[in-house]
Amino acid sequence: MTTEELKNLKSNSIVDARGTACPGPLLAAKKGIGEINSGEIMEIYSSDEGTKHDIPKWCQKMTHEFLGIIEEDSYSRLFLKKA
Amino acid sequence: MNMELDKQLQELKERVEKLETGTKDQISMVVFSGDLDKILAALIISTGAAAYDMKVKLFFTFWAISALRDPKKDGKGKNLMEKMFGMMLPRGAGKVKLSNMNMGGMGTAMIKGIMKKHKVASLEEMFKTAGELGVEINICEMSMNLMGFKKEEMIDYPGMNICGVATFLSDAQESKIQLFI
Repeated sequence: MTTEELKNLKSNSIVDARGTACPGPLLAAKKGIGEINSGEIMEIYSSDEGTKHDIPKWCQKMTHEFLGIIEEDSYSRLFLKKA
Repeated sequence: MNMELDKQLQELKERVEKLETGTKDQISMVVFSGDLDKILAALIISTGAAAYDMKVKLFFTFWAISALRDPKKDGKGKNLMEKMFGMMLPRGAGKVKLSNMNMGGMGTAMIKGIMKKHKVASLEEMFKTAGELGVEINICEMSMNLMGFKKEEMIDYPGMNICGVATFLSDAQESKIQLFI
């Protein structure tokens, strides 16, 4: 998805993992995904650089659809759709 | 000709099925080292694997067992040698040292400060998270006896067992990933 499309997307839940280091954001994502339904959209906030590589890989393995990233000043917003 | 192909296809199907069901989505680790950095690595991999919905089985043996001691608890009925071992070995995850650059404890204190600054979870916090995620900890009974550790001086951890090498081997055999740390 393009940044524009992502900006217009409505997330069903937001997981704020800013300030945590590896494996914090991944564990937060794992916890958060358990709280939403299939087909719903989750957004993860992370200030950890590695998360941008980790979450897409995790999505692939868990068959969730990774939608993309919006870069903010000091963190990233990662979007995914639960399988 | 067709029958021959069908037979081969059937054989292949059976072999693939055998390969697929032979291992589970599971990771087994021998945690041997009693060093702060190595145990931290083991726990980061473990909790990460749990996030991948993998079953995680840790086999704690030798020096690593010190990290599972609860500093508030004491083992009863120890002989002199066991008491001495207990005194010399680190009392829990908060007391284990770095494998390099320990510098009489200065390096370990420094890295703990840096970890805090970078919001890296402490070893104690990682054990708590691992427990919540269902990471299984098995402790080698033989090592425990050697060092004179008692079960009652170990931390409260859900899913902790005392066992032997056969447990590790059965777990490792059906795991996709096996590590020795």
